[in-house]
Amino acid sequence: MKQKIRIGCGAGFSGDRTEPAVVLAEKGALDYLVLECLAERTIALAQKRKMTDATKGYDPLLEKRITLLLPQLIKNNTRLITNMGAANPVEAAKRIIEIAENQKLKIKVAAVTGDDVLPIINEQAAAMKESENNKPLSDYNIISANAYIGAEPIVQALESGAHIIITGRVADPSLFLAPMLHEFGWKNNDYDLLGKGTVTGHLLECAGQVTGGYFADDVMKKVEGLDKLGHPFADIYMDGSSIIGKVDGTGGVVNLQTVKEQLLYEVMNPQEYYTPDVIADFTTVHLKEVGVDQVYITGGTGAGKPSAFKVSLGYKAFYLGEGEISYAGAAAYKRAQLAAVIIRKRLELHFKEIRIDFIGVQSMHKSTFDHQGEPYEVRLRVAAKARNQEDAALVGEEVEALYTNGPAGGGGARKYVHEVIGIVSTLIDRNSIFPQVTIFES
Amino acid sequence: MKLFEIAHSRAGDKGNTLMLSLIPYNETDYPRLCSTVTAEKVKIHLKEIVQGQIIRYELPNISALLFVCYNALSGGVTTSLALDTHGKSLSYALLQMEI
Repeated sequence: MKQKIRIGCGAGFSGDRTEPAVVLAEKGALDYLVLECLAERTIALAQKRKMTDATKGYDPLLEKRITLLLPQLIKNNTRLITNMGAANPVEAAKRIIEIAENQKLKIKVAAVTGDDVLPIINEQAAAMKESENNKPLSDYNIISANAYIGAEPIVQALESGAHIIITGRVADPSLFLAPMLHEFGWKNNDYDLLGKGTVTGHLLECAGQVTGGYFADDVMKKVEGLDKLGHPFADIYMDGSSIIGKVDGTGGVVNLQTVKEQLLYEVMNPQEYYTPDVIADFTTVHLKEVGVDQVYITGGTGAGKPSAFKVSLGYKAFYLGEGEISYAGAAAYKRAQLAAVIIRKRLELHFKEIRIDFIGVQSMHKSTFDHQGEPYEVRLRVAAKARNQEDAALVGEEVEALYTNGPAGGGGARKYVHEVIGIVSTLIDRNSIFPQVTIFES
Repeated sequence: MKLFEIAHSRAGDKGNTLMLSLIPYNETDYPRLCSTVTAEKVKIHLKEIVQGQIIRYELPNISALLFVCYNALSGGVTTSLALDTHGKSLSYALLQMEI
């Protein structure tokens, strides 16, 4: 049994850069590489693609990432765990086998399924409620329902000897906890160890966010080399402690500040961080800088595991229509405000919900606090919700028409229409979920 | 003085809930942040942004605070008409606070 393993995280969301993972696979001396590529909405969009083509529905960058990584992974004996299977892990596994065969590599891929609970939800929607506002699920036009499953089926996949484990929806820290359970023989009721492993997984799961990304401000927090930001790895010890680091020569920084920010990122309650594996306590964590770009993590505890799994539900919400146009120079803000009055009058008959922002003045926060001063230029942004694509297009069309019909000097008009998939969540009894592992070989 | 000068923050989101960490650059400033940056004061500072309650968690082992702000993201990431639907920029709204 190993005393220490090294796990790297080469992607923190579906659209993340591809080369940091390659750097980790080449130079990171990793035992495991994890790519975390599923945000809340990603899987609903993947489900939509699967509905139009049953062989799709996995991550759109799967082929690109796997093609780049596979030779290095095999050469360095690094195993890959990723949720790039999205809505279709089995088809993703088959695609990975094809890529391996093209590269003349012999590999074993394990697909983990069972997170897709849409049939259960469809059957019971009238009796189920969403967690935030307690509205019945039958109020929503639901297109996807995926339970956040835990580390156990990934452990089972690792026991099969697979080089690559591809999953759909799995709680992000569980992707990292699984190899710890597998290598160290931790039990699924060693709650303190599961808590510690979850802390490390949580620190790694957003990749560059712990190595200086989403962090620098160039005033108080200067970070070098963000154009070649290194993604993190952790050396994890059998007792659950770990050291977060990154590959020498890459950009970014790992220090107390980056680790603290990431430890608390998206945490609803630091005393009770829920995953399918454990209810972890982050308030017992201790941190220490032990070298350049090295932070030692100790503490972290756990207490039991939840009886229910969180389910993320995607539903068809509305079509978003947007239009933008800019004004600059003398009275720029006045002209943008005039444009806003015109647009509101033109659109208010057609739309119930309209939002108008003045980019450069106030668009991001609902207050500018004590900030003062006239801006040199202002960009007007108009957004509205519509029932269909044609109605949504009207927003951008009206903004564009300000070129000739609106205030002086309006330039750079742009228009956009997007179908918006909303997300709500609910809870489901963990005993109603049956994960499966399917093996494919090249 | 603004919080920006002595502390840093990262914003996160879950549904319509916003989380803001607050971390002093110098750990010796932690007690001062605990006594001056209360949940009530943050609620007043962010009154236009946060509609629901704010719960403050203290993490003395790492000298950091976490503010969990309910009903803060105009309905949440996926269905808001806002530009910054996640509220990712809101860490800097907190750091605008005068202390």
